Amino acid sequence: MTFLSHLITGLSLGSIYAIIALGYTMVYGIAKMLNFAHGDVIMVGAYVCFFAVTGFALPPLVGILLAIILCTILGVVIERLAYKPLRQAASLTVLITAIGVSYFLQNGAQILWSASPKSFPTNFFNIGESKGITLFDGGLTISYVAIVTILLCLVIMAALTFFTGKTKMGKAMRACSENKAASQLMGINVNSTISMTFAIGSALAAVAGVLMCSAYPTLMPTTGALPGIKAFTAAVFGGIGSIPGAFIGGILLGLIETFTKAYITTNLSDAVVFAVLIIVLLVKPAGLLGKYVPEKV
Amino acid sequence: MKKKSMSPASRSAFINYGIVIVAFVVVQILLGQGMVSNSLQSLLVPVCCYIVMAVSLNLTVGVLGELSLGHAGFMSLGAFSGIIVSFALQDIIAFGPLRLVISIVVGAIIGGIGGVLVGVPVLRLRGDYLAIVTLAFGEIIKNVIMVLYVGLDENGLHFATNQSNLNMSYEGVAIIKGPMGAVGVTRLATFTAGFILVLLTLIIVQNLVNSRSGRAILALRDNRIAAESVGISVTKYKLMAFVTSAALAGAAGALFGLNYSSTMATRFDFNTSILILVFVVLGGLGSIRGSMIAAALLYILPEMLRNFAISEYRMLIYAVILILVMLFTNNPQLKDLISKVIPKGKKKGGEANG
Amino acid sequence: MAKFHFEKGHMVPVPSHSIIPERDLGNVPVLECSHLGIQFGGLKAVDDFNLTIGRTEIAGLIGPNGAGKTTVFNLLTKVYQPTMGTILLNGQDTSGKDTAHINRMGIARTFQNIRLFNNLSVEDNVKIGLHNHNRYSMASGVLRLPSFWKQEKAAHERAMELLSIFHMEDLADHKAGSLPYGAQRRLEIVRALATDPSLLLLDEPAAGMNPSETAELMENIVKIRDTFQIAVMLIEHDMNLVMGICEGICVLNFGRIIAKGTSKEIQENPAVIEAYLGRKKEG
Repeated sequence: MTFLSHLITGLSLGSIYAIIALGYTMVYGIAKMLNFAHGDVIMVGAYVCFFAVTGFALPPLVGILLAIILCTILGVVIERLAYKPLRQAASLTVLITAIGVSYFLQNGAQILWSASPKSFPTNFFNIGESKGITLFDGGLTISYVAIVTILLCLVIMAALTFFTGKTKMGKAMRACSENKAASQLMGINVNSTISMTFAIGSALAAVAGVLMCSAYPTLMPTTGALPGIKAFTAAVFGGIGSIPGAFIGGILLGLIETFTKAYITTNLSDAVVFAVLIIVLLVKPAGLLGKYVPEKV
Repeated sequence: MKKKSMSPASRSAFINYGIVIVAFVVVQILLGQGMVSNSLQSLLVPVCCYIVMAVSLNLTVGVLGELSLGHAGFMSLGAFSGIIVSFALQDIIAFGPLRLVISIVVGAIIGGIGGVLVGVPVLRLRGDYLAIVTLAFGEIIKNVIMVLYVGLDENGLHFATNQSNLNMSYEGVAIIKGPMGAVGVTRLATFTAGFILVLLTLIIVQNLVNSRSGRAILALRDNRIAAESVGISVTKYKLMAFVTSAALAGAAGALFGLNYSSTMATRFDFNTSILILVFVVLGGLGSIRGSMIAAALLYILPEMLRNFAISEYRMLIYAVILILVMLFTNNPQLKDLISKVIPKGKKKGGEANG
Repeated sequence: MAKFHFEKGHMVPVPSHSIIPERDLGNVPVLECSHLGIQFGGLKAVDDFNLTIGRTEIAGLIGPNGAGKTTVFNLLTKVYQPTMGTILLNGQDTSGKDTAHINRMGIARTFQNIRLFNNLSVEDNVKIGLHNHNRYSMASGVLRLPSFWKQEKAAHERAMELLSIFHMEDLADHKAGSLPYGAQRRLEIVRALATDPSLLLLDEPAAGMNPSETAELMENIVKIRDTFQIAVMLIEHDMNLVMGICEGICVLNFGRIIAKGTSKEIQENPAVIEAYLGRKKEG
């Protein structure tokens, strides 16, 4: 019974990582950059939702929508102002710029909303007074947050697969990630495609932020940093640039972390997660689902 | 060769030694005059450590051309091993400076071993794996030290994952206490030691770069396939640069750890690694002098800003400046704009300050 | 170190047995490929490649675009590991060796798309080629021990000597990336020669050169062969160059050798004509 409960915790944590990792991997795929500010967009999304609901007494759903809209705008603005001018620059330059953006968001949040932790409402997904479904005569409780998180992750994953595989915009995205110059010659608007990718990634970050804070309700300006790094790890784990890879990587990461905490060691769970990443990379250098592209001579 | 004047590389190296020596002498004079505030004095040793960190990271990122996101992990290894060694030798070697030297050497060795452990499996892979694995490595080190308890009694060192398991005698002292980190450290680090370490780092890195091995490393950075085609062993020289860099970070860590009475593992987290990377990139990839100056300025300036009214905004300003510098030095249109507004000579100085 | 007699300004071919004994034996070919091949997925990029090159031969490898010529070079230098066949270099099996090791065994090459160390000086580019010939440890480099000074001096002198082949001594301090195209191609050859190879592979050395530059290059390739007493194998589309200096020519099409022989034999070979011009429509 405890195993089942850990499994569900792991799946729901993994789903959060997966949603963040999807944003990471899409941006990497198209812009070939590690957007280290992605984690901080999560934090902004959570704050927006928090203030909408507690400050302005808006219903949770409106709060979530508001977070999604603002994060989408934020993501696109960041791309336009900070990353677009550097499209021809060395990848390290863009990385440092992303770090600058990350500092900016964290410190901006600290000035606007102070460094002291806020406790995020945890009742968004409750039905009436009930926090979750109780099974086996109270032996197992599955919180609604966990159910919503897992289901939402599956829906997002399916939607993204459909989007990149079947729609015109999604195909343009894949074309741009293969070869921007050729895509432009084929009449694809590269700039708007990249903006679209950042918009989707940031919207997903907002969703992840609300889900994460509903499950782990401490909200601070640095809340997004560690999940951001872990989701990045998940994306690499699954094969950076690959959408199913990010999904699998995220889920596995959540499961490994939760089971390590439950059965091996609480304090060393991060070390175990990262050690597994290193081992996977040594065995499969391109990640679980990534493809290895040899250099042309 | 003898008739020929000094090569540009050696001339630049000697200018760097000169800068460091002059800076040391000036600070010493100011200290003698009592013109350095206490808060600034407390920054002297850390600045030396960060200069060593930046110069050594430049060896990996600028000279070798591999991205490392976990340089602080090696610093952490050096710091905690240095602290343990200094504790363990407390009763054997009474002379502080000698204990400091031994601690720094051990810190460098442990840092170097860490470099070998990360480098051997990873450097043979092609691509940005080093970045991800060093990031993971840094987090692992932080995580492990946060659950590590080390104690010392007359029977020697004890290691455990919680304090009660240390099994020490009544006389025993806990050196490292898990999340609290190292406590009760005797502060052995001095500015002179920092200065010597900076100078040694410069000698090692610059002489390495301007030698046969250094050329091989630079060749790998510029064109790996061509380097292999002229008989250069990729793994050997990548490892050489990476391990040297890690060992120097370990030495800097030992000095850093012995500069405070207590040190926590979180001091050497991802943000610290990034901070050092920022020094290296802003100072200019491959430019030793740039790393030195950027590390010194960018470490001291935000600390100095603490005392002003804008202190609340200092990190925000730092972030904005960081983004703007990246944009203005790397975007072709903005670059043109700058060179129109500011004559060429001044531009360099502006970059170094930013 | 100095295996060849070599004077600045004018070259003196010295096939002296006492200086370079193994190269004048003549009985062991420099290169022997048998049934060499590589498969990418289902595609056989090179298949059943058999070729022997004599010790001081200039050999040409020609064929239409996409025939697999550069892939042959990549197989010989182990940029790609062959999936079939063997390569003997100076009689020694090269299987399982990596690119760097192959160079130490005696193959040096240039690249179709020039691969110089662009941010380093011309002299340093050549010195990197001398990497395995001016040895001293990392420690003597860092500590500036006497072996450092001695070997660096030797490397400098040797680099200048090699640069003088193409009269490039004056460019020694320039950045390699800033050189004009032709000079970059020449520097690549100098760098390759610095590794003291027994077989030099040139991938389209005349690409982008005008006829007078090409004529000069032809002279230089012959001069290099005569001076260093090495074998040269080159890929080239300029038929004047190939027919002018290559003693043996090998024609590749769709990854397979379709003809081997002297320039005259190749020019008259119907399979070669067909490969280049296409088959005449029947009926």
